Amino acid sequence: MTTVLILLPIGGALWVWITPWRTARGAGGLALFIALAELALWIGTAVDLDFADQNPQFETQQTWFADLGVSYHVGLTTVTVWLVGMTALVSAAAIGYGFWAGRDRTAAYLGLFLFLEGATVGVFAARDLLLFYVFWEAMMIPLYVLIGVWGGAGRLAATIKFVVYTLAGSLLMLVSIIALGLSRGNFSIDGAASGSESTWIFLGFLAAFAVKAPIFPFHGWLPDAYREAPAEVTAVLSGVISKAAAYGLLLVIPLFPGVVADWRVAILVLASIGLVYGSLLAFRAPDVRGVVAYSSFAQMNLIVIGLFAVNESGQTGALLQMVNHALISAALFLLAGAIERRTATGQLGLLGGMARGRPILATVLVTTGVIALAVPGSSAFAAEFLILNGIFTRGWGWAVVGAVAIVLAAMYILRLISAVLHEDIGTAVPAAALDLRPAEVGIVLPLVVVLLVLSFWPAAITDHSFLF
Amino acid sequence: MTGFERPTIDWAALSPELILLGGASVCLVLALFLPWGWRRPFCAAAAALCFLGAGAAAIALFTADAEAPQGIVANALRRDRLAELAQILIAGSGLLAVGASLGWERDERTRVGEYYALLLSAAAGMAFFVAASNLMTLFLGLEWFSISLYILCAIAVAQLPSLEAGLKYLIVGSFGSAILLFGSAFVYGSTGALGFEEIATGADEADRLFFVAGLALIIVGLAFKTSAAPFHQWTPDVYQGAPTPVTALMSAATKIAALVLTLRLLLTAFPGEERLWTIALAVIACVSLAWGNVAALVQTDVKRLLAYSSISHAGFLLIPIAVGTQLGARALLFYLVSYAAMSIGAFAIVAARERELARPVDFDGLAGLGWERPGLGLAMSLFMFGFIGLPPAGLFLGKFYAFSAAVDRGWAWLAIVGAIATVVSIYYYAGVVGAMYFRHPVEVRTVPAGGSPPRDLGLSAAVAAAVVVTIGSFVLAGPLLDVARDSVDFLGFPH
Repeated sequence: MTTVLILLPIGGALWVWITPWRTARGAGGLALFIALAELALWIGTAVDLDFADQNPQFETQQTWFADLGVSYHVGLTTVTVWLVGMTALVSAAAIGYGFWAGRDRTAAYLGLFLFLEGATVGVFAARDLLLFYVFWEAMMIPLYVLIGVWGGAGRLAATIKFVVYTLAGSLLMLVSIIALGLSRGNFSIDGAASGSESTWIFLGFLAAFAVKAPIFPFHGWLPDAYREAPAEVTAVLSGVISKAAAYGLLLVIPLFPGVVADWRVAILVLASIGLVYGSLLAFRAPDVRGVVAYSSFAQMNLIVIGLFAVNESGQTGALLQMVNHALISAALFLLAGAIERRTATGQLGLLGGMARGRPILATVLVTTGVIALAVPGSSAFAAEFLILNGIFTRGWGWAVVGAVAIVLAAMYILRLISAVLHEDIGTAVPAAALDLRPAEVGIVLPLVVVLLVLSFWPAAITDHSFLF
Repeated sequence: MTGFERPTIDWAALSPELILLGGASVCLVLALFLPWGWRRPFCAAAAALCFLGAGAAAIALFTADAEAPQGIVANALRRDRLAELAQILIAGSGLLAVGASLGWERDERTRVGEYYALLLSAAAGMAFFVAASNLMTLFLGLEWFSISLYILCAIAVAQLPSLEAGLKYLIVGSFGSAILLFGSAFVYGSTGALGFEEIATGADEADRLFFVAGLALIIVGLAFKTSAAPFHQWTPDVYQGAPTPVTALMSAATKIAALVLTLRLLLTAFPGEERLWTIALAVIACVSLAWGNVAALVQTDVKRLLAYSSISHAGFLLIPIAVGTQLGARALLFYLVSYAAMSIGAFAIVAARERELARPVDFDGLAGLGWERPGLGLAMSLFMFGFIGLPPAGLFLGKFYAFSAAVDRGWAWLAIVGAIATVVSIYYYAGVVGAMYFRHPVEVRTVPAGGSPPRDLGLSAAVAAAVVVTIGSFVLAGPLLDVARDSVDFLGFPH
């Protein structure tokens, strides 16, 4: 079952690629259909999953090469099932948006999206370290092409920076995986989870995840990549791919209990700086995507703080926030794309007054924004509360930083809403700019609806995932 | 004829070499009697058949030789699975090179017979070389395939770069051979033995100075053929100037032959000096990684870039030899399978583009290739991402194994050097993919000369086969690694 979840998008990608399409509509329709089928398959799997069982379920294990103890081993746990679901939902929205926006070479474009989706599901489903790494690297290839071919004017520099940054981190992780696997005699993630007390091995893992998440100060690639990529690519990149890094941390933290205790303060300091610095940058960013990009950066650092609380409250909060933020940032980036399509700019100074006569855009943007700034009662609030509660036991100072950042989040989100929707009508906003079209609503609304459901019932995730 | 005992000759064990040599003679002689139009298809078919036959013979020998390896022809050659696996890979590389040559031969009709004969003879020399078991046969095999390659490099005599490449390769290659010969003489002088095993047993009473100096010179001589830095100076010029199908063959088969023999020689003849050569090879590996990757960053000509890439891969390939373990030997053979396929495939695609543009291919020349020729573009992307070490190319697991061997030996630093070198290499490999997809031909003003050429089936088949091997060695890594283990099991390892 898990294997099908991985192979359906990848096989679908091949199908979309090799079919000689006459029209873009056929390719887009097929890609969207596969993405929705994946989502349906996930729902079916989640319904069947036993949430009282801590062990991986729907497993497949096949020896790959025996001498080093590497196998194709996949399965879903009560934690990863949520991450896979979030991937399926955000990918479907992104593919729908790409189809609707009518990108050039639709078949190649959407096929790459499906391939990316399959690889990401693979990252969450892998129960073998080397397999995890294979999928981790496989995510890189479609992203490189997606940004490089369909990105904005500065795409060439952005892609090379993105690729070199992320691969530099992940190759150090490869050396760590080798060292860890050889010392344990197998590469399994589960089972006798004997860890290691080697600082170097831990730092190798940390390098990969710190770049991809990113944790301060490894975010150099982020502004360029998030700005130059097409809106739906950025939605997936900030929504889903960054969560793969957070999930990686979730995987390795239990393996290095001693090392994590030694390095916790250093990592928390960096993440706290990232949280506050990212929030301030988001408040100062001159364009819509900049605000969302830096807020993503800040939120990822908040998630890292929750993870390194290394207790149930902190990590459960981090998991919930991973799902929340995936949906929030995907929705915000897609909305940013919708705004850019109408005004041909994302500069906040040229925007404004878009709420007038565009009630749907205003409603959707304000709803998402309000959830993003963690207003009490929202799912983001529940998650941030759990994170702060978890980190409080490690020292109240960290919780203070987190609380300050929540205030900053309110500032940058309200600035964004006000600069786009309110104030005087911007010079770049044509009077003819339409409200959200039904297709756009159909794409963004499911994300917002799921966020609202989680706001009413965050326990759907927090009570149905075993972290400790 | 007193005092000379004719050795018994195991003809079956020599069959791969004999088939290749026979094919070379057939191409050379019969091509004279065939009408012009028939020569090319006939010689190509004969060459392809001979490569297939040699590969089949080597496979048959491989399956038959499950037992202990043996010396043949008065112990001058070895009949063992290491040699046979290398012969299979060499024959496979030759077959792919024939596929890549088909379209190119069009305008060189006068030398069709010679071209394929030399291709076969070079492969025969390599097949002989990897089985060498004493210093004489080693040198004989080396010169045999080198001389064939010198001529092949210069075979497009109408083109100045080709002539220059041939001459450069001849001079530098001879220099390397001379160093190897010098080293062999030292080793022979100090131990009184030519056979690898006799050298190992005689090492104790040998004159240390000459023995170690001989070992050093032999390593340097072999490093010339491996194109490991700092003995690589000929590589960029020769790879760039030689006809592209020849470059494809050299980049794959020569590396296989030189590295497999390096492994065999060091393990069987110099096990006692393990402390010296492991460090020496590790240093050469690091220098190759650094030099190859950094120099590749500034290249604009794709063939030259791939030449530097091949230098850097010489570094990666030396890591598993340097650690001197069984895991390392397995890693080397596994790495070579996908590396050879990818290297030939990449050069074949460059050859296709060259024929299309009728000029050397630089980054601008690649613009739009990915969209105009989706199959070739995808294959090239697979090879480039594979060279970085990204899945789903077998080279990813090759690197994984090579790094594992280093970590297993306790040389994690060597794996980290490899990882850093890989990071540097991302820039130019990803740059090639970017050049193919990210820019439009109109943007850089490259117009294919005279429209599209007719579809080149041979070349497409070679590229497709390379893709199959590349992905196949990733998916079927388990069985392939078993084969690699069987091939090196009998070698004695110091660790």
